[in-house]
Amino acid sequence: MACKFVSRLSAACAFAGAAIFGAAAAAQEVNVYTTREPGLFAPIAQAFTARTGVKVNTIFVKDGLAERVAAEGAGSPADLLITVDIGALTELVDKGLTQPLATPAVEKVVPANLRAADGAWSALSLRARLVWASRSLPTDGMTYEDLADPKWKGKLCMRSGQHVYNTALLAAMIAHVGEAKAEEWARGLKANLARRPGGGDRDVARDILGGLCDVGLGNSYYVGLMRSGKGGADQKAWGDGVKVLLARFADGGVHVNASGVALARNAPHVSDARRLVEFLLSPEGQKIYAEQNFEYPVDPAATVDPTIAALGVLKPDRIQLLDIARHRKAASQIFDRVGFDR
Amino acid sequence: MARFDGFSAIGLAGAAVAVAPVLALAVIAMQGDGASFGHVLNYVAGDAARETIALLAGVAACVLVVGVVAAWIVTAYEFPGRRAAEVALLLPLALPAYVLAYAWLDLTHPIGPLQTALRGALGYANPADLRLPDLRSLPGAVFVFGLSLYPYVYIGARAAFQSRISAQVEAARLLGARESGVFFRVALPLARPAMAAGAALALMETLNDIGAAEFLSVTTLTTTVYATWINRSDLPGAAQIALAMLWIVLTLVFVERWARGARGYAPEGARRHNPARAVGGPAGIGLLALALAPPALGFATPAVHLARQAAQRVAANGFPPEIAQAALNTMVVALAATVICVVGALVAVAGRRYEPTSLLRNGLLKLSTLGYAVPGTVLAIGLLSVLGGFDSVLRAAFAALGAKPPGLLLSASVFAVVVALTIRFFRLAVAKIETGFERLPLSLDHSARVLGRTPFAMLREIHLPLLTPSIAGAALLVFVDCMKELPATLLLRPLNFETLSTQLYGEAARGAYENGAVAACLIVLVGLFPVAFLTMVGSARAIEATRPRTTAELDGAREAA
Repeated sequence: MACKFVSRLSAACAFAGAAIFGAAAAAQEVNVYTTREPGLFAPIAQAFTARTGVKVNTIFVKDGLAERVAAEGAGSPADLLITVDIGALTELVDKGLTQPLATPAVEKVVPANLRAADGAWSALSLRARLVWASRSLPTDGMTYEDLADPKWKGKLCMRSGQHVYNTALLAAMIAHVGEAKAEEWARGLKANLARRPGGGDRDVARDILGGLCDVGLGNSYYVGLMRSGKGGADQKAWGDGVKVLLARFADGGVHVNASGVALARNAPHVSDARRLVEFLLSPEGQKIYAEQNFEYPVDPAATVDPTIAALGVLKPDRIQLLDIARHRKAASQIFDRVGFDR
Repeated sequence: MARFDGFSAIGLAGAAVAVAPVLALAVIAMQGDGASFGHVLNYVAGDAARETIALLAGVAACVLVVGVVAAWIVTAYEFPGRRAAEVALLLPLALPAYVLAYAWLDLTHPIGPLQTALRGALGYANPADLRLPDLRSLPGAVFVFGLSLYPYVYIGARAAFQSRISAQVEAARLLGARESGVFFRVALPLARPAMAAGAALALMETLNDIGAAEFLSVTTLTTTVYATWINRSDLPGAAQIALAMLWIVLTLVFVERWARGARGYAPEGARRHNPARAVGGPAGIGLLALALAPPALGFATPAVHLARQAAQRVAANGFPPEIAQAALNTMVVALAATVICVVGALVAVAGRRYEPTSLLRNGLLKLSTLGYAVPGTVLAIGLLSVLGGFDSVLRAAFAALGAKPPGLLLSASVFAVVVALTIRFFRLAVAKIETGFERLPLSLDHSARVLGRTPFAMLREIHLPLLTPSIAGAALLVFVDCMKELPATLLLRPLNFETLSTQLYGEAARGAYENGAVAACLIVLVGLFPVAFLTMVGSARAIEATRPRTTAELDGAREAA
């Protein structure tokens, strides 16, 4: 009887343990660690499960994705690592936390400049950093360099220079003109600020409407999220209230950053993980990126959402994503040196 | 020489758990070359430190004035609605600071409802024609943090006013002192320890914040730690800065303790008096209005704004299906951490009281409260290494025995989240229970010891019943803070595990705050449970209200001993 009690107790403990302690393994599933906001990843995961029956478990992490995967070591349940920034993605690769994707779809669908030559990572979708401006302004043919022009003194709104969207833009600027000139540009931006950098991209649209500033920087998909009315009536007014320009570098195109994927080195469900990558790059997956998230699909053949297509034809900058990742640290230091956020 | 008994053993275990992640950070910091430190010192530290100090000074002034004045009004005067105001003043505890920041920014923005209405009334057509100060500024941040954090001071000050100084206040009044004199010369000096403790908690919360600061465009030393780590991929550098900050915080705490000195604040032989002065008529209404102003600004206004947005979202999209599970997860995690914190704090504080000269027990108590001075993500990074290390040793052990290595046991688990919350908020429980103990005369202990009670029996039979209000207060503070905690929960939780705050953040991260409004409202509702519960459990005894024990009760306790 004591024996029976003990076995029952241990069964109960095992059950409780499975709930409280680490995740138990099941057959048809794939585990995704992502810095992508859950509301943006969930539709794609659901579509994948509906199609394949493979369950997608996710955890959304902001900072510390690499540290977590590294600390979990060989026992890590992570299969796919999805980030919203190229710098965070290549950092995973540099730290040896990944293995080659080795998925035919990557080479077939993704242009060569948007994936690692050795298959270590691939972009999934793109977003462009655009100039948002007051509707009354004549701003045709605007370049990023123009934003540092003294004529915008007291008229520029931006989020923190230490936010990865702005650090990536400055990193691209470094790749174009070198560190010294890029620092000059950052100083010019700083001199033009209407308010201290902070908040999010959408605050820029709201501040332009509120008369606080005339120009600012914001990502392309926010335009879709606002103008489509998905964020509510208030935000639709913000989106409709500003003019959106496909800005470019003086000697290049529009600055783009990528969300991307890598396969974790100790992934327990490699084949299902590869199936999910295939799906993310399939016409159906790319369509969800375009329609739900208002991003530019990486597949050149996939269509862009009409709200985004209305902004004009995107001509991405020629700077390699890898170069942007490489100059990230220098860019962050420049923003500190010019006292951008204070 | 103190004995090493159960109290010491539990204290040691607690301190070991609390110190481990900080040690792990130190190990990480040692892998750096100091280059980041140089960059930060040259270009950032000066301004960030100035801004941090200005912010902390402003927040300190704000929480002290609001907390102390509010506590004085509801304890020194009796006016219609006093009881309701007393509870309402706690409500801002239920709102995370960054939600408060978001709601106020929404309300006060040039195209938000307040300014739009104002322009309408004044006849301005264009927002640019009427430029008012922006909330996104240092004063704005002081306003938001002040409203969010004054309850820490209020709770302590109110308890002090109620229990410690009734006799003195009554004496001063009888001797003809003016009300201002009673407040400044009698009440305030006696409430000093409670005020200092409350303000210290509020300042550490401010220093560790990252969400509200980003919203309100303030650059603190903590944001510098993040930039070093995230944008410059220099975790060792970030750990160095974080540890330097921890060192500064600990120095400040030490200086505060030292300045307070060994002066005793225990109310020997306090008698039950009610010195509250009845105030009716317009003056009473004025007092009520004054007491309700902080919760109106720090809770009601933003909560109504959130509720309105949540209602719109639910009307448009229905009730988010995951939210019930998230609410349940939140309660389970917060409850577990609360129980561990309160029981642990009780044992640690009692252990020191019973052996007040023991360096070991004093040291253990100090070490185990370290986690409150470390930003959540930084603590979580340290904890990741510790738990990951444990798991890899476990795997190695399995492999050595020829068995199939298990998955992760401690990393990526609910357990990890509970441990992080416990380390993070242990100090809150200790602070509350310490003040509770201070209020019990040592003569109680002496009688009990003379009558042959072991320390444990004394804790169980005598101190525990007398400490009920403090324990309830500690539980309330810890529970509410666990519920609101974001960065450590976000980084340590297992797959598919959402709490209300991670749910809210998931929406907030893409700027869709209004979608997060439902989760934010639920955080408020769940947070109201403990407040309501503790208010109901004997309105005079609960929350921390801690009215002074009557002599009869103390005698009863002595007899029990």
